[in-house]
Formats: sequence, C-alpha cells, structure tokens
Amino acid sequence: MSTLQLTAPGERDIVMTRVFDAPRTMVFDAHTKPDLVKRWLLGPPGWSMPVCEIDLRVGGKYRYVWRHDTKGTEMGMGGVYREIVVPERIVSTERFDEAWYPGEAVGTLVLVERGGKTTLTVTMRYESRAARDAVLKSGMESGVAASYDRLAAVLASTPSSI
Amino acid sequence: MEHHRLDTTFAALADPTRRAILARLAAGEASVTELARPFAMSQPAISKHLKVLERAGLVRRGRDAQRRPRRLEPKPLAHATRWLERYRRLWEGNYRRLDALLAELQPQKNRGAHP
Repeated sequence: MSTLQLTAPGERDIVMTRVFDAPRTMVFDAHTKPDLVKRWLLGPPGWSMPVCEIDLRVGGKYRYVWRHDTKGTEMGMGGVYREIVVPERIVSTERFDEAWYPGEAVGTLVLVERGGKTTLTVTMRYESRAARDAVLKSGMESGVAASYDRLAAVLASTPSSI
Repeated sequence: MEHHRLDTTFAALADPTRRAILARLAAGEASVTELARPFAMSQPAISKHLKVLERAGLVRRGRDAQRRPRRLEPKPLAHATRWLERYRRLWEGNYRRLDALLAELQPQKNRGAHP
C-alpha cells in the first residue's frame, strides 16, 4: 500500500505526496464531486460531513462542514477556486470558520497519471510560519492525536471505513 | 516551552544551508572550517547559521577546546518529526478511505486494496 509522504519545506509550506491505484480523472472526481468527497474527507474517527458544496469554476466557492456524530460539534471551512485544470490541477483558498491558524491558506492539488496510477501532490501555503506551525501542532492540540493510533489499527483491519 | 521549541526548530530547518550542515553533522562532529568547506560561503556566514542551529538546540559544541567541533543534538529534531508524523497520520486516514472509494469505483480491476 502506498504511504503518504509529508514534509514542511521552507517557512510556510506543507507538502503531501501519495500514489493512488486509479486513473487521475477518478481521483479528480473524488476531490470535486460532493457525493464522493463526503465519503473520505472526514478526518479522525467519529466525524461525518453533512455539508459539502462545490461550485467548480474559477471564482466559484466551496464549503465543507464536518459534524461529530455523538457530540454534535460542527467545524466548517470554505474557500474560492483560483485555478482549475481538469483533471490535473486545482488551486483554491481555505479558511476555517473558527480560525485555528491565522489568515487564509492557499492549496494546490496536482495529479499526475502514469501507468494507470495517479500521484497526488498537495501543497498548502500558509500566511506565515506561525500559521504553518500551528497547523502541524494541531494534530496534538485538538486532543484527537491519541485516537490516530487507533484509527490506523481500525483502518488496517476493516474492509471499508465508510 | 515545548511549543516555542518546535517553532524554533522549524525556523532553523527552513534554510537549505542549515539542513545541509545538519546532514553533515549526522555523519559525525566537525569544526567550523570543516563545515564551511563544501559551501561557497565564508566562515562567518557559516558561523551565523551555526548560531541559529545552536539557539534551536539542534547543534552543540564538542569538548575539544581548540577545534571547537560542533555535533548534532538529535532530540529537538525527533520532536519536530513526531509532530509531522501525527499530522501525516490524520491525512493517511483520509487517503486510505479514498483508496477504498477508488477501488469501489473501478470494480472491473478487482484489486484487493482492501481485502
């Protein structure tokens, strides 16, 4: 199974790279069609995504809201599409309703297909080094880090995590 | 304290020359002269980078008073790596779900990504 490479190069970036065993049109769809996005972009266990609105055009907006299944806590975020090249590139802004890092971030998704497999590269550029580091620290500060170990175990042993 | 340290570590790691110095020190301690050699940089410029690394606790001075070798202090580096690893795991969780979804979308391939 492919594993996710994650680095924090320079002062403001987080870069993630991962290979998927699927053509890139499909990986692109999974990032842009709400019915598909809702099935995987969920974060730690216990969260679902009741709101996923995507207006896929330059200047169009997207909005995501996650809800904790038992606590009912909600977390929302959204942004604007700046660049769209189907099915290979999306540049969009991102801002959370309750800011847990300062300012707005700009994300660039790049999909490259080779031999039926797709390499995904996501570059997140934050407004400042402080913002970038706040994101990296969030894994622990949100108090969910302890459950990631559990998550890994669950995902490894479950046929489908949906 | 711990958080301040993380910021300092990431700031120190942000520069390619400093990363190269750390990579060199990972192979063993070295004097400032030895460290400056592979770079097209003056010793004072290297010393400046070393100061940043020392302030971040990533580099310490060795015992030899004459050579004043610098050596790698691995703890803060391990600490920073741990943060990255936690964030990585969160996304890996998302992407494993995406794996399953993609496998489901192309049943003709009938691959055992999630047996």
